[in-house]
Amino acid sequence: MIAESIDRFVVDFNAHAAALPGARVPWIASLRRNAIERFAEHGLPTTRDEDWKYTNVAPVARRPFALALPNANARVDVGPFVLAGVEAHRLVFIDGHYAPALSEVGALPAGVTLGSLAEALDGSPEALEPMLRDARRHTIFAALNTAFMTDGVYLRIARGVALDRPVHALFVSTASDAAIHPRNLIVAGERAQMTLIEQYVGLDEAASLTNAVTQIVAGAEASVAHYKLQQENGRALHIAGIHAAQARASRFASHSIALGAVLSRQDLTTTFDAQGCDAELNGLFLAGGRQHVDHHTRIDHAQPHGRSRELYKGVLDGGARGVFNGKVVVHPGAQRSDAHLASHNLLLSRTAEIDTKPELTIDADDVKCAHGATVGQLDDDALFYLRARGVDEPMARALLTYAFAHDVIERVRVASLRDVVERALFQRLPQGERIRELG
Amino acid sequence: MSALLEVRNLSVSVDDKAILRGVDLTVNAGEVHAIMGPNGSGKSTLAQVLAGRETFHVTGGDVRYGGRDLLALSPEERAREGVFLAFQYPVEIPGVSNVYLLKAAVNSVRRHRGLPELDAMDFLAQIRGKIKLMDMRDELLYRAVNEGFSGGEKKRNEILQMALLEPRLAILDETDSGLDIDALQVVANGINTLRSPERAMIVVTHYQRLLDYVVPDFVHVLSQGRIVKSGGKDLALELERRGYGWLDDPSTARAISP
Repeated sequence: MIAESIDRFVVDFNAHAAALPGARVPWIASLRRNAIERFAEHGLPTTRDEDWKYTNVAPVARRPFALALPNANARVDVGPFVLAGVEAHRLVFIDGHYAPALSEVGALPAGVTLGSLAEALDGSPEALEPMLRDARRHTIFAALNTAFMTDGVYLRIARGVALDRPVHALFVSTASDAAIHPRNLIVAGERAQMTLIEQYVGLDEAASLTNAVTQIVAGAEASVAHYKLQQENGRALHIAGIHAAQARASRFASHSIALGAVLSRQDLTTTFDAQGCDAELNGLFLAGGRQHVDHHTRIDHAQPHGRSRELYKGVLDGGARGVFNGKVVVHPGAQRSDAHLASHNLLLSRTAEIDTKPELTIDADDVKCAHGATVGQLDDDALFYLRARGVDEPMARALLTYAFAHDVIERVRVASLRDVVERALFQRLPQGERIRELG
Repeated sequence: MSALLEVRNLSVSVDDKAILRGVDLTVNAGEVHAIMGPNGSGKSTLAQVLAGRETFHVTGGDVRYGGRDLLALSPEERAREGVFLAFQYPVEIPGVSNVYLLKAAVNSVRRHRGLPELDAMDFLAQIRGKIKLMDMRDELLYRAVNEGFSGGEKKRNEILQMALLEPRLAILDETDSGLDIDALQVVANGINTLRSPERAMIVVTHYQRLLDYVVPDFVHVLSQGRIVKSGGKDLALELERRGYGWLDDPSTARAISP
């Protein structure tokens, strides 16, 4: 079955290669061809691969996924997803294809290029080549993405420019058995500042496969805030790679909120390519029913004087399964590295499971590194305290679950997005709406 | 008229270890009862069992509250029926603001009593006077529940909750522990303000200190899971003078049993 599905992806690629963006550009065509060959040779990962030990991607092989084509009939109302109170530069992608009619890019400051990656690939793609060729830390799914990448956000900010309004990239999947391969390329020049929000939503319980890759380059002293909000529907599969490369004294703040999809896996990496970099990785995942959610992160302190702070929290209910693997690698010579990594998990049912593994690899001697992981249940003392104040048990549980997730949500600095996340969280909690009314 | 609270031959164990071995206690509306006793005598267990803590296992006896079977009610039902426990160790709840919990608590009681829920404005109006009574800073309302509160602030917050919930039976579990003299006076003043002919209080304490300010009608000594002596407020003074040791001597204990 696995072999058949590999063949299916290859056949699908051959059928569409000539029409993919940048097909007439020889280096892009050969990049895609090499990528599909690498994928065909390697195949889908199995649980025998250490990095995929707890996550079985067999569901990717089980359905007849085929490249999602532009869906002219899709009736999509993006109204509910428009961020309130903030004028974002909004780009909407339906099944991986840019939908200009639903987007509102708005006025851009001088020095900012923002638009569809497909248009850039078909137009003047030279500037994209180094980034597209950089496959550091990519998984085999990223190779599949490179072969098929259809569209996504292309954002380039010149040195010294601050893009004050956030860029809101909304990816909507509408079709069952559609394989959607978004690719986002983000380049923040020296001292540039920006915020990108990537939001993935699914309509009508479409059993789609999203396989996204986002690459971020943060120039010297640049500041990049990245928000990822995964709210796919309950039948969707979601695979994502987010890979940042940081230049001297740059700042990368990443926030990943995963709420949806029956199976999701995200590989998030950042590499300190020069001195004095700072990375802050925050994560929250909430899973119930039969959901499986896997976060792999890796921070490479490749150069001295880097600082990283990572906090991932998981809330698992029903028969859900969570996986967290956080690697921090301090390379030889990366002295004065300062790293802190924490994974905290809350199990709300007897059948929910979490495998959490923080890993530090340290090859320098003058460093400050700490990590910790906890797995627990709601605190009995706290539950009794709330109930002794007249709060009924389901609501007391919801309140304490909210309290557990709260510090990750609090770090979301875009107020309207924080509202979206809170609302999504409340929707998932029994009694959540009542908590909200009380607030 | 029947008693507000009637505890009859109550036995309680935790992990098969007997903590209470046949406690009898009758509390009428308007009365303040002090329960004193050495560490490990079962004072806090009694307080928590009355509030509905499920980690304790009732192995015998019964408890009537306003004529009803108290032990059949969940902790939240007891709270709504007017039972209030001021915790010895108030729990910190990050991310949930104090004002939010207070409002949730007050409205759950009001719903139960068939009263309309208070909106934010009415609620704040209610809370203003009470927060002054407890000599608390407004800012503590907007902080997370008990998070980063000093020992004294936590205990004041408990009495503030009591003032808002207006219970029929208030159980104060070691409310005086960890308080300096100023905080003790504020807390005692809060408690005294809430004394009324309709309300009963059970004050659980190790020391006489709090009882200098909150003068009880009755004092009971709990030792090894039983009430071994009951008396008036003078009993507390005697305990202060003589300690608890003399009560453990079976011959003395029998001699002084009522």
